[in-house]
Amino acid sequence: MTELENYLFSGIPIRTTLDNSTTVQYAGLLCQLTMKARSTVRDIDPQNDLTFLRIRSKKHEIMVAPDKEYLLIVIQNPCE
Amino acid sequence: MPAKAGDGRRQSQSGPSGGKAAPPRPAKAVSKKRDEDASTDVGEGADEWTAAKTLVKPPDQLELTEAELKEEFTRVLTANNPHAPQNIVRYSFKERAYKPIGYVDQTAIHFSLNGNLILKDSDEGRRQSMRSAVSEKASLETSAVISEETEIKDEEGTEDTQAAGEEEAEEAGAAEEAEAAEAEEPPPPRVKEQKLANQFNFIERASKTLNNPLRWEIYDAYVEELQKMEKSKEKEKTKAQIAKKEEKKKGRKLTSLESQSDDITKISKAAKIMERMVNQNIFDDIAQDFKYFEDASDEYRDQRGTLLPLWKFQYDKTKRLAVTAISWNPKYKDLFAVGYGSYDFMKQSHGMLLLYTMKNPSFPEYVFSSESGIMCLDIHNDHPYLVAVGFYDGNVAIYNLKKATSQPSYKSSAKSGKHTDPVWQVKWQKDDMDNNLNFFSVSSDGRIVSWTLVKNELVHTDVIKLSAEGTTMQGPEGLQLQTLGCGTSFDFHKKIDYLFLVGTEEGKIYKCSKCYSSQFLDVFEAHHMAVDSVSWNPYHLKVFISCSSDWTVKIWDHTVKTPMFIYDLHSAVGDVAWSPYSSTVFAAVTTDGKAHVFDLSINKYEALCTQIVVAKKKNKITHIQFNPVYPVVIVGDERGHITCLKLSPNLRKMPKEKKGQEVKKGPEVEIAKMDKLLNLVREPDSTAGK
Repeated sequence: MTELENYLFSGIPIRTTLDNSTTVQYAGLLCQLTMKARSTVRDIDPQNDLTFLRIRSKKHEIMVAPDKEYLLIVIQNPCE
Repeated sequence: MPAKAGDGRRQSQSGPSGGKAAPPRPAKAVSKKRDEDASTDVGEGADEWTAAKTLVKPPDQLELTEAELKEEFTRVLTANNPHAPQNIVRYSFKERAYKPIGYVDQTAIHFSLNGNLILKDSDEGRRQSMRSAVSEKASLETSAVISEETEIKDEEGTEDTQAAGEEEAEEAGAAEEAEAAEAEEPPPPRVKEQKLANQFNFIERASKTLNNPLRWEIYDAYVEELQKMEKSKEKEKTKAQIAKKEEKKKGRKLTSLESQSDDITKISKAAKIMERMVNQNIFDDIAQDFKYFEDASDEYRDQRGTLLPLWKFQYDKTKRLAVTAISWNPKYKDLFAVGYGSYDFMKQSHGMLLLYTMKNPSFPEYVFSSESGIMCLDIHNDHPYLVAVGFYDGNVAIYNLKKATSQPSYKSSAKSGKHTDPVWQVKWQKDDMDNNLNFFSVSSDGRIVSWTLVKNELVHTDVIKLSAEGTTMQGPEGLQLQTLGCGTSFDFHKKIDYLFLVGTEEGKIYKCSKCYSSQFLDVFEAHHMAVDSVSWNPYHLKVFISCSSDWTVKIWDHTVKTPMFIYDLHSAVGDVAWSPYSSTVFAAVTTDGKAHVFDLSINKYEALCTQIVVAKKKNKITHIQFNPVYPVVIVGDERGHITCLKLSPNLRKMPKEKKGQEVKKGPEVEIAKMDKLLNLVREPDSTAGK
């Protein structure tokens, strides 16, 4: 149902349950998106910070929880 | 080699001019040299050639002496262009004189050729490629047109027998086909070009420019600085108070702990958030129901209501334990504590304390385990991280949720006056005069004890001993033994601080005061079996409710000895609870797995809802609690499961608004409601003279 990966901020996956190529792809793309989302939130109000990011698509939901050093990404299939 | 040959010639020439003795030796030397130098070329004709050389001497040969001949001439190779001028002079208007140029260009161009290659991506290159593409298209079109024309000609040739309309249609068809063919051909090359472009314009993450760190990074830096300064200030203060050595030790310990933390612990915060999100997705429909669903069929149900099952909370370590206590946290409305133990006298094992949140039904937030079964718990109103717990073995303990240990922070022991029988209920009290935390506990050993937390230790004081009336026995040697009743539940009055009720195993309810330690204010002959629960009404100051294993639930006014309302629920009642939103609504749970919800203002004699809420048969429900904010109840059963149920609208009815009148909200309305009911009940009672 769900797959889990966690990354360093530089985009290197530390632990993953997916295959390597997909992981690397997700790593690079989501890292950038998180940074962009974070800078958006903080530019509006520097005291604010991004807690998590959720992207819902037709096929699954991608959830990103940024931390100080790490990025935790979970891809979940909808349970229907 | 030419130099040597030259030398040879000179020597040979000098031979005859220098002296007669010279020729034969130089001649031999020359011949030898010749042999060495031109070993392959000079063959048998060497002697003749050398001999001829020595005799011939050109007339303009320079005549030099031997010393002059031995003079060495050095030859230097430079990169200078020998044809370049060495001293170009230009007229300088400034100095009005001819001045030599310092540097003269030394390049000598041996060969130059103009090429005709252009870079593909440059402007000229692109223009040319466009032109060539256009010309290709034109050629394609022309070829297509030609083919079309030929087709048409063919058709025209064969169309003699066909009608004109058909011809036109065919022509049009042919034209369309040709156009389609044309259209197909240019796009494929264009598409190919685009694909190529994508391949080479691929932007790699490493080659992108970094997002410029804007003001929030500056803010972060400032915050860090502030924190460092504050820490240093604190350190200075503490250094002044405590010995420096201790501080250093602490500091070292802290740093070592930080460095030892594992990778997994670093990600704990993010993982927690993620766990909640995943749970929210999985239980999405339940969460939607909880928030928004209101059963519309209640209108047709004629005042009856239902309980909608929402989440089910279970933990595999508590599968064999029964839920013995539930309590909502006063501060966090979605957090609740559950105590696990066993009601069976024979099968006593360990106990657990779990705290769940409705946001995460899959796993408890806090887990504490204990050796003895937990029988009761209470969360402090002002300090929602302190949980007081009573055990089956008679001990009491306080758990601190803020600390990471799974052991209680403070625990009583046999020395410090623990109960000798299971502790059935604990309740926090207001802080005493010294601002110490204290709570009360009641137990089957007949004592009600007040525990105070004084300087990290639990100190006990017996408040009351429940002496059962008329049971003083004559012991040996003339002692008067007093058997004590067994307290099973108690509740403190919300407003009157010293007043509290105690229910016992014999079925009596004592009204007591904290001030009097030996006498009760009043006794109610309540039930025939043990009183499982007593509870004051949250609004009305005089009303309380009690339930018992004798299948009844009774509502009392504490000034009247007889109950106001009696309900027979056909099975032992495990727990009863008032609802926080209405003074006339309460819920009771029985051992046959049913939950009953009553609303006295709507129906005084029957339950509005009687529903089986546990899945399996033979599963007794042990406790029920209303959530203070949401229209939700949690029910604990014997198998260690907690089920969360939503109350349907009929069970939550508020007094109806009369037209033209404002709805009065607040406790006064609830009290008035209850008063009305009591008056209704009281008069027949008084007239009947019970």
